[in-house]
Amino acid sequence: MKYVLIGNSTAAVACIEGIRSLDKDGEIVVISSENHHCYGRPLISYCLLGRVSKENMLYRPENFYKDNGVKTMLGRTVAEIDAAGKKVVLENGESVSYDKLLVATGSRPFIPPMDGLDGVKDKFTFMTYDDMEALGSALSPEKRVLVIGAGLIGLKCVEGILARVKQVTVVDLADRILPSILDAAGSEMIKSQLESLGVKFVSNDCAVKFEGNTATLKSGAKLDFDILVTAVGVRPNVELVKNAGGEVNRGVVVDAKMNTSLPDIYAAGDCAEGYDMTIDAKRILALLPNAYFQGRCAGINMAGGVESHMNGMPLNAIGFFGSHVLTAGVYEGEAFEEKTASTYKKLFVKGGRLVGFILINDFLRAGIYTSLIRNATPLSEVDFELLKTEPQLLAFSKEVRAQKLARKV
Amino acid sequence: MKRIYVNEKWCLGCHLCEYECAFANSGLDKMFKLKGRMGELVTPRIKVEGEDKGEIHFAVNCRHCTGSICVQSCIAGALSKTDDGMVVIDKNKCVGCFTCVLVCPFGAIMPSPDGKAAQKCMLCTDNVKGEPNCVKYCPNNAIVYEER
Repeated sequence: MKYVLIGNSTAAVACIEGIRSLDKDGEIVVISSENHHCYGRPLISYCLLGRVSKENMLYRPENFYKDNGVKTMLGRTVAEIDAAGKKVVLENGESVSYDKLLVATGSRPFIPPMDGLDGVKDKFTFMTYDDMEALGSALSPEKRVLVIGAGLIGLKCVEGILARVKQVTVVDLADRILPSILDAAGSEMIKSQLESLGVKFVSNDCAVKFEGNTATLKSGAKLDFDILVTAVGVRPNVELVKNAGGEVNRGVVVDAKMNTSLPDIYAAGDCAEGYDMTIDAKRILALLPNAYFQGRCAGINMAGGVESHMNGMPLNAIGFFGSHVLTAGVYEGEAFEEKTASTYKKLFVKGGRLVGFILINDFLRAGIYTSLIRNATPLSEVDFELLKTEPQLLAFSKEVRAQKLARKV
Repeated sequence: MKRIYVNEKWCLGCHLCEYECAFANSGLDKMFKLKGRMGELVTPRIKVEGEDKGEIHFAVNCRHCTGSICVQSCIAGALSKTDDGMVVIDKNKCVGCFTCVLVCPFGAIMPSPDGKAAQKCMLCTDNVKGEPNCVKYCPNNAIVYEER
């Protein structure tokens, strides 16, 4: 059996681990445009911040590929999938045949059309190791940075660079920061913290024009900067599958086993549109844990095992300068809320089940809440009043507790 | 592999396991030196649930579970599984994002005292005790260390 994996990040690593849990001997080839050993992609901000060394950014040990019998073709780009011929064709014309193929091509930054962008000298995106190296080399204490986008990537970038530059200004179209994971109250809490550290925010606005190092916003305001970082969102890399005739919606459409619509071709991670149990529909969940779950599931199925991934959901754990935001699921239904000056907890209940939560600086044992969402546990089976005060196993029945604590799980 | 299992009906709720865990991982040579330093120097990796005056008590620490969703979810590759199934954390690789806290269904992984990394039970293989100190000093066999 010959497995070919396009991509070398979380989903691909997970796929390798999934394959090797069943098939110790099959040939595995990893082809990736990025010429790096697998690294924890979200670690790029921690590296700029000085919290993690470049050596410690490795997502798996140095000898991972060797130990798993994986042949790597790094710095090589796949141009085409020949689904009928069961081979991939590289940009230089070389082809690599496969029996089972994983498409784990991830996503790329979306750059909205902005007049005069070509004339901006120091402009960056913030997604890859190379992005980090490029941005890092441009930083210096007298520089003013303009970040377009107050989402997860933009704000982690801010954390990484704030101490290394003179000024950071963040502009976002939305009315609040981190709109994808926080409600207004939670967003305000993190915004105040970041403002107290010197970050400037401009909400409900966007850059429409650049003249040298001056940005003109939609509101008419002008902002001078030295470095521009664009972090408004990402787009899935679906072209290979689309051009091969596979079904593509926003992402590459996959079933519960991570099969695409093309035979022997699987997809996982940021490029894939899999099932999200919290909305009972397929959507892209461009989150690291999800990439692992999907990649591993794909690998097991590729190796002849049977595995389904039917409990995908939004999961975010993100921190800024010592504060922590942990969120999961969807924010619908009845809300239970507790707020102090520095903490925030909001639980969402719908149809007698926990469907989502927001936790800021009050997150111990949050996984107990997450497990209630993942298992769709009827709240009638647990002591929810107790759970509202804090996540705990005492809220479960004695029998359930014994299953969790008195046997091998 | 031997793991720690809970006999809920025998747990007195005395919290000795928490102190023995903290002591084992403190690097201190005498238990009394822990006084006043819990929270700052070391925090337990085992947690006793139940109110002091309540009827039900039990201790929770890492189950070293088969699925290990924490290992699968770790953004840094800091969590891994040994060949015999123990879930271990490399605190030098951990960036303290606490995705593991977000996904552990047992609530068995937590921030270390400085808040900069996660910590978890490694069955005292990471300190001088060598085997679970919490189990060794449990006065009522409410936690045991065995194969099941």
